[in-house]
Amino acid sequence: MLVAIVLILLVVGSVAFHFLSPWWFTPLASNWGAIDDTISITFWVTGAVFIAINLFMAYAIIRYRNRGDNSQPAKYEPENMKLEVWLTVLTAIGVAAMLAPGLYVWNEFVNVPEEAWEFEAVGEQWRWTFRLPGKDDKLGTSDPTFVNIDNPLGVNPNDPNGQDDLIITSNIVHIPIDKPVKVLLRSKDVLHDFAVAQFRVKMDLVPGLVSYLWFTPTRVGTYEILCEELCGLAHFTMRGRVVVDDQEDFEAWRDSQMTFAESQQIAPGDPVAGQSLYAVCAACHGANGEGNVALNSPKLSGQADWYIHRQISYFKQGIRGAHEDDVYGKQMAPMVAVLADDAAIRNVSAYIKTLPEHPVDYSVTGDIDRGRKLYVTCGTCHGLNGQGNYALNSPRLSGQEDWYLKRQLHNFRQGIRGKHPHDLFGQQMVSMSRMLRNEKDVNDVLAYINTLSIEPLTNQIADASL
Amino acid sequence: MITIIIFIFVSVGISYWWLLRQRVLEKPWLVTGTDTDTREDIGRTPPAARTGLIVFLAVVTSVFSLFISAYFMRMELNDWRPVDEPGLLWFNTLLLIMGSLSIHWCSRAAEDLNVKTVKITLLATGLFTGGFILGQLIAWQQLNEAGYGLRSNPASAFFYLFTGLHGLHLLGGLWVWSKTSIRVLAGAELEQIQLSVELCRNYWHYLLVVWIVLFALLLST
Amino acid sequence: MAYVALADRGQVLSHPKSFITKYIWSQDHKVIAIQYSLIAVAVGVVALILSLGMRLQLGFPDTLSIIDPSEYMQFVTMHGMIMVIYLLTALFLGGFGNYLIPLMIGARDMVFPYMNMLSVWVYLVSVIILMASFFVPGGPTGAGWTLYPPQAILFGTPGASWGIILMLVSLAVFIVAFTMGGLNYVTTVLQARTRGMTMMRMPLTVWGIFTATILGLLAFPALLVSAIMMLFDRLLGTSFFMPAIVSMGELSETGGGSPILFQHLFWFFGHPEVYIVALPAFGIVSDLLSVHARKNIFGYRMMVWAIVGIGGLSFVVWAHHMYVSGMNPYFGFFFATTTLIIAVPTAIKVYNWVLTLWQGDIHLTVPMLFAIGFIFTFIHGGLTGIFLGNVVVDLPLSDTYFVVAHFHMVMGVSPILVIFGAIYHWFPKVTGRMFNDTLGKFHFWLTFLGTYSIYLPMHYLGFLGVPRRYYAFEGIDFIPESAMTLNSGITVAAIFVAVTQILFFINMFWSTFRGPKADPNPWNATSLEWFTPQTPPIHGNWGPELPQVYRWAYEYSAPGADKDFTPQTDPPTDAEIAAR
Repeated sequence: MLVAIVLILLVVGSVAFHFLSPWWFTPLASNWGAIDDTISITFWVTGAVFIAINLFMAYAIIRYRNRGDNSQPAKYEPENMKLEVWLTVLTAIGVAAMLAPGLYVWNEFVNVPEEAWEFEAVGEQWRWTFRLPGKDDKLGTSDPTFVNIDNPLGVNPNDPNGQDDLIITSNIVHIPIDKPVKVLLRSKDVLHDFAVAQFRVKMDLVPGLVSYLWFTPTRVGTYEILCEELCGLAHFTMRGRVVVDDQEDFEAWRDSQMTFAESQQIAPGDPVAGQSLYAVCAACHGANGEGNVALNSPKLSGQADWYIHRQISYFKQGIRGAHEDDVYGKQMAPMVAVLADDAAIRNVSAYIKTLPEHPVDYSVTGDIDRGRKLYVTCGTCHGLNGQGNYALNSPRLSGQEDWYLKRQLHNFRQGIRGKHPHDLFGQQMVSMSRMLRNEKDVNDVLAYINTLSIEPLTNQIADASL
Repeated sequence: MITIIIFIFVSVGISYWWLLRQRVLEKPWLVTGTDTDTREDIGRTPPAARTGLIVFLAVVTSVFSLFISAYFMRMELNDWRPVDEPGLLWFNTLLLIMGSLSIHWCSRAAEDLNVKTVKITLLATGLFTGGFILGQLIAWQQLNEAGYGLRSNPASAFFYLFTGLHGLHLLGGLWVWSKTSIRVLAGAELEQIQLSVELCRNYWHYLLVVWIVLFALLLST
Repeated sequence: MAYVALADRGQVLSHPKSFITKYIWSQDHKVIAIQYSLIAVAVGVVALILSLGMRLQLGFPDTLSIIDPSEYMQFVTMHGMIMVIYLLTALFLGGFGNYLIPLMIGARDMVFPYMNMLSVWVYLVSVIILMASFFVPGGPTGAGWTLYPPQAILFGTPGASWGIILMLVSLAVFIVAFTMGGLNYVTTVLQARTRGMTMMRMPLTVWGIFTATILGLLAFPALLVSAIMMLFDRLLGTSFFMPAIVSMGELSETGGGSPILFQHLFWFFGHPEVYIVALPAFGIVSDLLSVHARKNIFGYRMMVWAIVGIGGLSFVVWAHHMYVSGMNPYFGFFFATTTLIIAVPTAIKVYNWVLTLWQGDIHLTVPMLFAIGFIFTFIHGGLTGIFLGNVVVDLPLSDTYFVVAHFHMVMGVSPILVIFGAIYHWFPKVTGRMFNDTLGKFHFWLTFLGTYSIYLPMHYLGFLGVPRRYYAFEGIDFIPESAMTLNSGITVAAIFVAVTQILFFINMFWSTFRGPKADPNPWNATSLEWFTPQTPPIHGNWGPELPQVYRWAYEYSAPGADKDFTPQTDPPTDAEIAAR
């Protein structure tokens, strides 16, 4: 008896939960209302079946439960073919009613409208990059063998169609509203999945082939791209954003992007020109970039130039050093004003790269063995020897002064650094740094990092010029 | 996945056909007594080991069908370079056929209780089969020297995989063969080893068919 | 008439002499069944603890969590693999299959007892290999239970150095163990049924286990094949599944392979695997309902056909796990259709269970409560399966918590409820003692209500779009704070359910040694296993003669009978003979 009442309560409760739940699909921002409609049909059909069968079962239990006196023997009824056939037919009709619209909408999803424009979303561990066709409306060919630090998407340099392709190394892409778009999906390494909840559609990226999906954005706004196919350790930090603009804003954004041909012509940084620019930096960071703890200036020597370049750019654009609690970052931010343009930043970065490596004094003490275990996660991106890796946007850690690492870890954990919407990889570090839950974790992992070799970098990737 | 689907269809088909013969359409609550169980009267129950071997061979067929399915699917990708199979494989095939013939002969001799023939044919089976495996190893070496290493191309990787897997199954067969041979040499009554020899025979024939299918597949692609 | 059944001829049982041969190297199917069950439950408890680690992270990421992102992925992987393969498959087939098949069909033992013994020990080896991966450098693999390449064997995934190798080897060893056991179960059903036990007189439990074993024998090779090929890729540098990639800035030496090929092979195993677990549960729950409702199972023939039909269909639906995998999207039409077709026989089974209750004489015993709980959760899980099977509805829902909630409802909670029900049901036969009824009822209520409160809300996280396999959700704008509160609630419910399982273990342990002596047939059931001369049955199961079977296994409350059950061993009455 109790079980029957509970079954009824569970049915009522489930229905109530459904109607009271604040958790439901995000507001639709694409043309795929038909998907939502199919879900609604499925929901009502299955919901009715759920309620009907369970209430019937509850009623059967109440009506036919043994009341302890064996007064009501069971009815001997091996089968009732007529009833079973009827139930089968009804079920088949119900199933068909759900399947038919499903297949109809799927057919629309599979067949991309002819007027759709195309762009490419490229996944790699653990970031998104994009490529838009240039004036010719055609994307050039690509291949993994063409990938290098200057050509991160592996665009074929000999393909004329690819020269005017727009290379978006940011994880933010803009698209125009109300135009059907076919997204070509390509992966450089492992499986990923391009999913935007508000657009409803998603598809895996598979290395070795190009998959696709299409939709028509219908609402201006910024939507998150999540990777939804497990792609390794930092899967949960692989985020991007798609910004739906009206046509005007989209064109303005597009015109400010760099073409593939332009990206191939950027002059490498000139260390000689950078030397004179460095004079300002030397006041705090030291003539040899050795850093100065009293002035809260980190060591620069030994760090990869692409990382120095990115951080100076961030300071300059107010992406780093803008948070009110970032006391020392705020000191740094105005200093970079002396670097007039991107070329100057490149030059000074190139000069810093030439500074000699030298040992530093460590102050943090901790449990090295415990730190080694914690560091396994860090090492996936920063390298098992803390050497850093351009491809993972991870700076070198080994040989860095521990007071500085400690402060940055603190800033990441508190969201003081990395939270700016245009800090492309900072959010990843914010998410990752949360695995260090307290002071002891931080000290232990730093104690381990302090044991890593500070030999000059030989890693080709980390050493490559910008 | 066509190959494995065909295999599954055949297996499911055979199962359903068998079930229909078990009168799965009858209403069991209307039938009492033991008269309807006719297994004993018409001797429909073979030794368990024979049935067990058939089930096992179905499992092995599933394994090979899946490998062949994977082979076809991998073949469609554009880095496929066909392997130039060594001519030695033809000779090896001949050895395996001889092995199959001699175990067949052995099985007949066991039924006729002809101890001498059983001993000779058993020995011949072992020699032919051992020769086949040795020959396959030499073929591996030849292939490797011809530049078709394991890593060089998926086609050659599949070649090593197929031949290796088939060879492992033969080695398993040889293990049973050796147990049977020891019993024969130790003077066991032939009635007691008839079943073992018969099962070896079925297994050898099966592996011969598998090899011919694999060999034809490798040659034709 | 002195009758010796065919199944009894030529079968020599090695009767145990010492403790070791009786309980360790035993060839008795019942001892082997208990060994299988104990190993499976032990490893299942490990997987349960892993899930609590994951739940703590999801529910209380900044306060109570004790794991980092690597461990999270490793726990996800090991939890999934252990639960699906090493617990459910091993327990249903190695445990229940081993114990019940010979008893229910009237055999003295499995037809190959020695191989049966090897099976359990090889299974133990596979479990040890799997557990060893917790202690190797880098830890167990964190590739997800689907082990998709390329990431499963690349540095960016935890355990890509040793863990993945041990996982693949362990799976291969498990498949060997399963094949040895499976050959036994199938051949025993085919060969060793006692006189009168025609196929259509077998209890549905045997039908379910028999069909599931055939599925396993044909489907596990797909896992073996993909494991072997992945091992080649990992250890020998072949490119079966590995395309040319740029991993962490370095161009790989591999090229041309297809990750989707792996997915096809994996799911060709993976989907039948769902039914390898489900069909035994279907069979067992049918028997529980029939016995405790004192009524024949409604529509026995339809139930058998449905089991066999589902078994056949289960081989042509696999790619519904791959709708968004990047495979040719036109496959979606075919697989959505086959998937929804399979819903029809499944629905018929549900109807027939409910119709078995209808006009029954329902005894709300502990096994019956679990069976009713199963129907409820299975209806829920089955219906959400229609969402995911319908290709276009799967688009927004796949890779979200909706999927997690769905398969836990249908493959986690439902089979586990059946397992508990079955353990309570056959406990008197296995141990000769009764369990504590009150504890059993508490265990049911807490487990049933607790699990539902875990998984019902989880579907709604999925509707919202919360992705699965995420260590943390910080910084995703569309996930509101309330969803994280809900996650905390789910975690509390999960811990609650896990803790209440202690009730079960206390009950089992205490009752095994101290419970009141049980009647040989406490539920007044009709099937053969309740009519062994001894309780618990001794080695060889039956007395000098095998039982003979005269009728089907569901003769409950038959009109004209003096009791409300007529055992299968009861010869036909005069009235029945006259009615022929």
